[in-house]
Amino acid sequence: MMIELKDVNKTYFGAQPLHVLKGINLEIGKGEFVSIMGASGSGKSTLLNILGILDNYDTGEYWLDGRLIKGLSEREAARYRNHTIGFIFQSFNLINFKTAVENVELPLFYRGIGRRERHHQAMEYLDKMGLTDWAEHFPNEMSGGQKQRVAIARALITHPRIILADEPTGALDSKTSLEVMELLKRVNKEEDVTMIVVTHESGVANETNKIIHIKDGIIGKVEDNVDHNASPFGENSIMK
Amino acid sequence: MKFDIDAFREISQTLRRNKSRTFLTGFGVFWGMFMLLVLLGGSKAVKSMVSKDMGNFATNCVIVMNGITTKPYGGFKSGRQIMFRTADMDELRKIQGVELATTSMSQWGVQAVYGTNKYNGVNFQGVTSDYSRIQFQHMKYGRFINDMDNAEGRKVATIGWRVYETLFPGGGDPCGKFISINGIYYEIIGVVAQTSSNFNINGGSDRGVFCPMSVMARLYNRGDRIWGLMVLVKPEYRSSEVMNQCVNMMKQKYLVAPNDKRAIVGLNIESMFTFVRNLFKGLDLLFLLVGIGTLLAGAIGVSNIMMVTVKERTTEIGIRRAIGATPKTIISQVIAESITLTMVSGMFGIIFSVMILGMVELGFTKDGVMTAQFQVTFWQALLALLGLITLGVLAGLAPASRAMQIKPVDAMREE
Ligand SMILES: Nc1ncnc2c1ncn2[C@@H]1O[C@H](COP(=O)(O)OP(=O)(O)OP(=O)(O)O)[C@@H](O)[C@H]1O
Ligand SMILES: [Mg+2]
Repeated sequence: MMIELKDVNKTYFGAQPLHVLKGINLEIGKGEFVSIMGASGSGKSTLLNILGILDNYDTGEYWLDGRLIKGLSEREAARYRNHTIGFIFQSFNLINFKTAVENVELPLFYRGIGRRERHHQAMEYLDKMGLTDWAEHFPNEMSGGQKQRVAIARALITHPRIILADEPTGALDSKTSLEVMELLKRVNKEEDVTMIVVTHESGVANETNKIIHIKDGIIGKVEDNVDHNASPFGENSIMK
Repeated sequence: MKFDIDAFREISQTLRRNKSRTFLTGFGVFWGMFMLLVLLGGSKAVKSMVSKDMGNFATNCVIVMNGITTKPYGGFKSGRQIMFRTADMDELRKIQGVELATTSMSQWGVQAVYGTNKYNGVNFQGVTSDYSRIQFQHMKYGRFINDMDNAEGRKVATIGWRVYETLFPGGGDPCGKFISINGIYYEIIGVVAQTSSNFNINGGSDRGVFCPMSVMARLYNRGDRIWGLMVLVKPEYRSSEVMNQCVNMMKQKYLVAPNDKRAIVGLNIESMFTFVRNLFKGLDLLFLLVGIGTLLAGAIGVSNIMMVTVKERTTEIGIRRAIGATPKTIISQVIAESITLTMVSGMFGIIFSVMILGMVELGFTKDGVMTAQFQVTFWQALLALLGLITLGVLAGLAPASRAMQIKPVDAMREE
């Protein structure tokens, strides 16, 4: 198993304590391509952040690739984020005073890889995303789809074991959404990366092989979707 | 901390992002550095000007002067003129704390003649060799009056710089030549180097001609009457105590009332020097405080701005954390930014102040001779630089710890 969650609980202690994850049990195998669906506020992002070690959980166990993720030091956490996990965000989260290629290079910078090597690899990944001509452009000179592809290149450049995408198509139109999903599918197949996509668009979920429903902080139905016919609008279409 | 071209690019990129803010912040540090060094230079200049005035005079020295009695005592009425005698020099030496006691006899405004050259306004003094131990005499040529000259009553003279320059415009060693004063010929045995000291007793040596005291006493019928005594105090004794002992001894000897404050007066040179020295110390401290205060204000400005910057960059820092930046790299980046900002602007401050001080110094230079030293030393500048780096680190500390508290989840919660 790539990911194993056992009775994971998470409470936000704000003005009023909010019990968001109420005992999550979940297994995701190596190389799987799954989506997590659920209503707004059901705790999808919270779950994904815990999976990505961007946030910690209160009780339970989280096993990542056979290792228990609990009480990590900041250094260890940073190492996991840099080596094992790739993140893709709804709002792209590119650094806007860096060019596309500089953004893609950044994870390698924190790995201590030399400038030339970094640049070389970043250009390679931008090329895969069809963005060679946009390498020297700044994020605010690019369309949403282009920005998300830069972000995907940034997530891929470290050869992560899992990629976590929090509504990667949320800010894109349906045609671009489809393109991005095709890309993720290809990456999942070609690079054998475990891919977890949070979405509330059924068309997006339909592109994945397994759909996990989350409701009120617990896992509901888990649908197998190898046939990609879960969408009421048919295969290869995303209704916005 | 790793510091290579990459780290530097990161820093300059983030600093350049907000040019005007970076500039304004840097200006605070620049100004602080500038003020600090200019103030240091200024206080140094004042000191060098004043200490020149005191340069050649022994500090552990007291002077005992005679005057007119104001109280009847020992059968005498008041209003009696007290005059010391040369024998009192040996008398005072009996006091334990006295290293030596000496005096001088002088004639003002006499004329010295060599060949056709004349110098009017010579301060002609009869001295013993001890005189040069209280009023140091740096010799340009030859030597000062010594004990043999006095004992044998030789008609020899050591002349001051101005007198030498006027009588011997051609320069060269004048020893062995004869000058005439009041028609009496003296063999020159030495020339005192030019002094810049304005603090002296019985006139400066530049306009002086010194002869043995025994010669002056004999040739001008001065007898053994003198105006007062200069006493050098042994290093391990307090000059105020020794001064009181000397005054009391003379009061006893000349039958002066113990409480008569006018007849015999002591003057403690050391306390005068101490006063001036303390004044300098205070001045130094004041300048240092003002300068450091200004610099500190600049550094606090840097810290403040970095704080705002870090706050503004919450998202960016969150993103960096999410893709694998360790807290250490974030901290060192913030601190490196702070150091770079303080260093670069501080360096400009150093360069600018050195330039200004150099220009002022040039203004104070007369005929190629510097009259006051303004320039800060290399070590002062180096110290300032080290201080700047420390300040940079300190200024970066608070914002850095704030940056560390930013959780990667915050990157996503901006919307
Ligand atoms: N840092 C936080 N502090 C307090 N409450 C939070 C925090 N983050 C999320 N929440 C709350 O926890 C609940 C779950 O949030 P979460 O972001 O996981 O939902 P979601 O399923 O991703 O919703 P959406 O589809 O709108 O993105 C929400 O009610 C939210 O208000
Ligand atoms: Mg969400």
